Amino acid sequence: MNIIKATLVSAVLALTAPAAFAAGAESSHKIDNIDFSFDGPFGSYDVNQLQRGLQIYTEVCSACHGLKFVPLRTLGDEGGPHMPEDQVIEYSKQFEVFDAELDDFRPATPVDHFPQSALSNAPDLSLMAKKRAAFHGPYGLGINQLMKGTGGAEYIAALMHGYTGEEKEQAGTTFYENHYFPGGWISMAPPLYDEAVEFQDGHDNSLEAMSEDVAAFLMWTAEPKMGARKQAGFAGVVFLTLLSVLLYLTNKRLWASVKRKD
Amino acid sequence: MSGIPHDHYEPKSNGEKWLHSRLPVVGLAYDTLMIPTPKNLNWMWIWGIVLTFCLALQIVTGIVLAMHYTPHVDEAFASVEHIMRNVNGGYMLRYMHANGASLFFIAVYAHIFRGLYYGSYKAPREITWIIGMLIYLLMMGTAFMGYVLPWGQMSFWGATVITGLFGAIPLIGEPIQTLLLGGPAVDNATLNRFFSLHYLLPFVIAGLVILHIWAFHTTGNNNPTGVDVRRTSKEDAAKDTLPFWPYFVIKDLFALAVILVVFFAVVGFMPNYLGHPDNYIEANPLATPAHIVPEWYFLPFYAILRAFTSEVWVVIIAETLTGGIVDAKFFGVLAMFGAIAVMAAVPWLDTSRVRSGRYRPMFKWWFWLLVVDFFALMWLGAMPAEEPYASFSLIASTYWFAYFLVILPLLGVIEKPLAEPETIEADFDAHYAPKVGGTTTIVNPAE
Repeated sequence: MNIIKATLVSAVLALTAPAAFAAGAESSHKIDNIDFSFDGPFGSYDVNQLQRGLQIYTEVCSACHGLKFVPLRTLGDEGGPHMPEDQVIEYSKQFEVFDAELDDFRPATPVDHFPQSALSNAPDLSLMAKKRAAFHGPYGLGINQLMKGTGGAEYIAALMHGYTGEEKEQAGTTFYENHYFPGGWISMAPPLYDEAVEFQDGHDNSLEAMSEDVAAFLMWTAEPKMGARKQAGFAGVVFLTLLSVLLYLTNKRLWASVKRKD
Repeated sequence: MSGIPHDHYEPKSNGEKWLHSRLPVVGLAYDTLMIPTPKNLNWMWIWGIVLTFCLALQIVTGIVLAMHYTPHVDEAFASVEHIMRNVNGGYMLRYMHANGASLFFIAVYAHIFRGLYYGSYKAPREITWIIGMLIYLLMMGTAFMGYVLPWGQMSFWGATVITGLFGAIPLIGEPIQTLLLGGPAVDNATLNRFFSLHYLLPFVIAGLVILHIWAFHTTGNNNPTGVDVRRTSKEDAAKDTLPFWPYFVIKDLFALAVILVVFFAVVGFMPNYLGHPDNYIEANPLATPAHIVPEWYFLPFYAILRAFTSEVWVVIIAETLTGGIVDAKFFGVLAMFGAIAVMAAVPWLDTSRVRSGRYRPMFKWWFWLLVVDFFALMWLGAMPAEEPYASFSLIASTYWFAYFLVILPLLGVIEKPLAEPETIEADFDAHYAPKVGGTTTIVNPAE
């Protein structure tokens, strides 16, 4: 049985070791874990938070950044911002899209995607929460990611309120000091400040609260099917656990006579 | 098909006889399914089923993914996002396919190390082993090309680095690299041929799997004792074996179901854990990522590739002796392929006549050190190429070669093996003592 125990240990190792390299460029400062509503196997997006995040994106981020992979219609999706159809139609109209058939620009409809970034050096935000990671290691072992997730949303939230106020000029570009950005200097000016956005329901619009809201929204744009995926995963786990029990009992009974246990 | 004596398929009805005399396909299926299998197989003998399942899973999910994927540099990344967002169940298909590759490699490594411990590679199973190694090589090629298809940063730069290895081969290296890439650099032609080959190779693997099974159905399975099944008569063979159906089918399916619980938990709750965040950035030939690292299953051999730098004395000697033809880069490539080659050659490197590691007191220690070495290399492959990791990599790589080229040949001479059981039945009875005063007859529930 020795080899079986050792195999189990190896299997655990095999599962943790791989994430070793899920490192990439690391920020110099430790990023705190945030208790998002979508964390864990049963977590789901908070509709109100996504709608606040959408408002922040629309009023602030969208001036420079696009969401080119996100279809506007998905704003109405259950498990997402879940906006009523007429609101989605109304919301879409504010964006201009180029229509090849008309050979002209027209207001967007829900079948269109969000526009691309308005500025060429502003990265598209669709997948930002999946292409950045807040948690690494320790020692390349991947245990932090296993416990807390890769933390793309935490990275975004930290970046929003991580500005120190220091600035520097380099080759005609202004850089702002931000401890959470790899390298420590970012060319994006601080996008958010306290009360930058006014919420209709009077929700907390401090810098910290809004950072989390916009991070949650960008997690949704990166992983819009998270809820459905977790449900499918859960169904799979339950079904296969049941199947395992049945197969275990079948196997036990089948082998009982061979092993002289009956 | 099997060399172990057992009952073969007998067509009974006229219809069966009609078919059997024209195409004995039912007989083939029957004999394959009812193959006598050593009854003492432990839980390390379940990986074959897991691997077969993985191949089927990858082919089925892959075929559907290919219906929605566009192999063009301008559209590949967006088409993957289209699958994730717009295709019904597309997110599950893609995450199962991506994590399915990881399950595939976990299973293949467990399967290979099982073979290394119990001496499954030894005569008469050398052909099974060699075919297995070919399957493993094709798996690596297929996985590598599959990882390029999403056209993220790691796809692009991984392809650049790995195809660059072929460029290190003297004289013929550059033409080979150009042929692989379809041009001077990773571009649309590369993506297209990788897509084409990624679709083709799994079917080649499936063909080799059939040969793999055919080979060990001819020699019979190895087992934890390494002792052969008695072939003197059908009755003797029946004392050592049980038919594959239903005993091992049910056992293996149980193990598969347990493994799939974990698999679905990973796919459902943490599908990106084994991936790299950088691959969600669309490929950009102008921006090199800070660290280019391959997928986890390549890391041990990647560590060996990087271990032999130009300061290592063997590299210096090789470079001097060959007049600079074998430089550090080429030496690394040779070492990486050599690491797999020595593993493939293990049937002829292991001089011990005892198959199972269970009866080899010295071998055991060296074997487990090899397992530790493998995980150490995996970890080192992910670490930056700097001290102290570079020195550790060199030590770990050296052990990998020493195990196959020095330790195994020597152990067969100096080691004094323990006594093996006379028969598989004796080993089985030692675990499950027979009832006093009676032999148990085994009924086949299938009948």
